[in-house]
Amino acid sequence: MSLIYPKDSLSVYPAHLSPGYKSTVKRSPSKPLIVVPHTLSELTGPVYGHDAIQDGDNDLTRQHQGEPLGERIIVHGKVLDEDKRPVPNALVELWQANACGRYVHNVDQHPAPLDPNFTGAGRTVTDSAGHYKFVTVKPGAYPWGNHHNAWRPNHIHFSVFGHSFLTRLVTQMYFPGDPLFPFDPIFNSVTDEKARLRMVSSFDLENTVPDWALCFRFDIVLRGREQTPLDNDEH
Amino acid sequence: MSEITPSQTVGPFFAYGLTPKGRCQWDPNGSYSWKETVGSDLVTPDATGQKIRIEGQIFDGDGKAINDAMIEIWQADAQGRYAHPRDNRALPNTQFKGFGRSATDKAGVFAFDTVKPGPVPGPDGKTQAPHIVVCIFSRGMLRQVYTRLYFGDDPANAADPILALVPADRRGTLMAHRVAGEGVPLYRFDVRVQGDNETVFFDI
Repeated sequence: MSLIYPKDSLSVYPAHLSPGYKSTVKRSPSKPLIVVPHTLSELTGPVYGHDAIQDGDNDLTRQHQGEPLGERIIVHGKVLDEDKRPVPNALVELWQANACGRYVHNVDQHPAPLDPNFTGAGRTVTDSAGHYKFVTVKPGAYPWGNHHNAWRPNHIHFSVFGHSFLTRLVTQMYFPGDPLFPFDPIFNSVTDEKARLRMVSSFDLENTVPDWALCFRFDIVLRGREQTPLDNDEH
Repeated sequence: MSEITPSQTVGPFFAYGLTPKGRCQWDPNGSYSWKETVGSDLVTPDATGQKIRIEGQIFDGDGKAINDAMIEIWQADAQGRYAHPRDNRALPNTQFKGFGRSATDKAGVFAFDTVKPGPVPGPDGKTQAPHIVVCIFSRGMLRQVYTRLYFGDDPANAADPILALVPADRRGTLMAHRVAGEGVPLYRFDVRVQGDNETVFFDI
């Protein structure tokens, strides 16, 4: 299987400069990006196997002596390519705030309590069907300094590798029906509504475990598809 | 319309999850409790070739060092082989993986210990000069930027097919410069995200 990575797939990405998110103003390139062909350097990328992880790395509720406070949830889904084929052996890393909306990171100054039983980091590798699964607690919303009364919607940060360095993706998973969506410039930096909603997980009753935890489904689609006869070979 | 999942910023608080050890000096104890998956030392015991160290800073549009960025590098080994199935050339392989990750510290400095990559195949049967693919994430970046690190003292740069696509007056932004000194060769590579002398970023 030799995938190609059409550049127009990136049209759903946020612009580098999205002034509503103030930090982009000084951290976005101002000169045009230089178009170059995809060489072996871009078409390859780090390969991970199950040796990259240890049992329990995907359960954020069992990393400390006690269980963290908050609403226990299961987050799972598939990592797919643009043809919707599973991407196996993809390293998936996540990090998040605790149930109160506070990150362990020592720069986080939000006056909400830290939870001694919650770090908020996890990792796993997708199985042969491209499936991944985490157990965690639902992260809280938290304020940030972008504008007056700015609050981030509840979200979990995801970092994903795939078949090449071109598929490298860092994104955020949101929760369905969040009232903060209309006010969040990071979420709304994705201007296409359908694309934006692909960052929102769906409630998964079928995989909700009775008397234990709600389940949310989040599929992740990476760049890359099979070449068709119509494609020229310039990619 | 593409159906890929859009990118979002890595935000300011990734370190305890993605770069919990090493250069992440944000934690008073020097590291977070979480285990590291990808570090900034790429050198495996069996790696052949010239060991090198790369250090640099990433500057924003005001010339201020960015102290909450994450920089990832991807490179071939000293023989020019990528540790990936798509590179199926019959070259002797090593444990060298070729992938590294460093946060910037409070002074905005990142660092990698690695080996100098060999030349690798390029488009149209040409050969690419030794280079490292660089990917940068940070708060204020809604998507990563890609650039390349070349070695300023390598004569092969003159024939590199990718550098040839970069306007001559901007090629210097892609060059790591050898810093005088003893021991493992140190290369300095600074990235300017925006403004005068802005680093060349690639649309790939």
